[in-house]
Amino acid sequence: MAPIISIKQLQKTYTGGFQAIKGVDLDINPGEIFALLGPNGAGKTTLINIVCGIVQATGGSVTVDGHDISKNFRAARQRIGLVPQELTTDAFETVWNTTRFSRGLFGKPPSPAHIEATLKSLSLWDKKDAKIMTLSGGMKRRVLIAKALSHEPQILFLDEPTAGVDVELRKGMWDVVRKLRESGVTIILTTHYIEEAEEMADRVGVINNGQIILVQEKRALMAQLGKKELTLQLSDKLSEIPSALADEQLTLANDGLSLTYTYDTKSERTGITQLLGKLSENGIRFTDLDTTQSSLEEIFVNLVKRPA
Amino acid sequence: MNWYAVKSIYTFEMARTWRTVLQSVIAPVISTALYFVVFGSAIGSRMTDIDGIGYGSFIVPGLVMLSLLTQSVSNAAFGIYFPRFSGTIFEVLSAPISYIEILLGYVGAAATKSILLGLIILATATLFVELRIAHPIWMLMFLVLTAVTFSLLGFIIGIWADSFEKLQIVPLLIVTPLTFLGGSFYSIDMLPPVWQTITLFNPVVYLVSGFRWSFFEISDVAVGISLGMTAVFMIICLSIVWWIFKTGYRLKN
Repeated sequence: MAPIISIKQLQKTYTGGFQAIKGVDLDINPGEIFALLGPNGAGKTTLINIVCGIVQATGGSVTVDGHDISKNFRAARQRIGLVPQELTTDAFETVWNTTRFSRGLFGKPPSPAHIEATLKSLSLWDKKDAKIMTLSGGMKRRVLIAKALSHEPQILFLDEPTAGVDVELRKGMWDVVRKLRESGVTIILTTHYIEEAEEMADRVGVINNGQIILVQEKRALMAQLGKKELTLQLSDKLSEIPSALADEQLTLANDGLSLTYTYDTKSERTGITQLLGKLSENGIRFTDLDTTQSSLEEIFVNLVKRPA
Repeated sequence: MNWYAVKSIYTFEMARTWRTVLQSVIAPVISTALYFVVFGSAIGSRMTDIDGIGYGSFIVPGLVMLSLLTQSVSNAAFGIYFPRFSGTIFEVLSAPISYIEILLGYVGAAATKSILLGLIILATATLFVELRIAHPIWMLMFLVLTAVTFSLLGFIIGIWADSFEKLQIVPLLIVTPLTFLGGSFYSIDMLPPVWQTITLFNPVVYLVSGFRWSFFEISDVAVGISLGMTAVFMIICLSIVWWIFKTGYRLKN
């Protein structure tokens, strides 16, 4: 399947000499949710802004559904909706007017029916005549999504969509994003909430210092890079790990009542069977056990900590 | 052409005018009416005619120009500066619209507002003084040409400004003084010879002179020169706007 967005050797050096993007190659598949992760200043927003036409690249190329963003900018931009990171709205305008404005701006004839459906899907219908300045932060964020969807884009960029949004609204936002994906919209989101990427993304890309350092299926990434921990709740308190178990990847809790065994999920053998046998041989009994997998956040932190 | 986009920007900007009608229309009309009362009726009644035209009538084209220039610059500058200030400019920059379409929307709306205002002021003037327009088509042409040219200047200022203070500097410190010194309230023949020469470097002289000619068939400089100078100023503004869009100056960097 041909990528809906294809980025080749993209570069951006700002006037002051700061190199924000350093030769990025990236393909986005149609219909997927792609999460772009990266620390502050990594180049996420610059990358999005170049694709959307807000920032001029200094090198490389980007095509959207086969259309070059410079040579055929109209066709490329018509396919894109952008929800920016900042809550940038026309404070004095009504929800209805600002959404209608966005649709016209993207070259679409007026369609009250579409705008009504969009506002209803975002639970904004009862606020259609309210001035944006009177809305809460969460509602303003939804207005921005409504504006971005007003021209029926195939691709939606969500730059930190749930920044500053409370947990309940965040989960509501995730539902909105899932519904959009179900309707066939390709979604690229940047986020600081790794939980968000873990919850929604099909694929994850990690950008650091203006370079893409990893792009992978989320599940595969977690399986490959994720470590698992087996925690055993002990029947009797241990003062130290017995010498017979010194070679195992074991950590004894401070209270002496639990042992944690760390293992790699990608190894052919996890060593759990052998460990349990050794514990039995040494007379160590346990009352309960639990396994946990390292989160995407831990994987992300480990990746960006690596020297470039 | 993305006419829907042009229409969207244009109607959005015009809607702001009606939303702020007190500031956009009524305030300039009141201040111009005050000029008529003070300069036209109170002081004007003691002034001699200029080239056979009563002083109250003589200043009408100058007063219309004063409002036209300041309002064209202010409207266009604010129109593009505010989205930059609030951040909503991202939407315009990411939309499938060309620079010409952006310009048509913003400058078209700013020019329309100031032309409407100019016509309202003209109508207000008829309440205070006797007015005749010898060449109405030329009058409208000067009105439109000047409104568009100074809206272009305002657009440039709105892109250049990075604070509300800077937004006001050019209209207050350059445009208004040039207008006052550009023959709005007097004929440049009334100045000493040295100042007559210096005044010819003021572009507003040509606008006011040409505009006044369309009313009374009297002018400080030949009409063709007035028209030519206005066109030159417009070309300069268009060239700067073209450079802004080409380089993305303060828009895309």
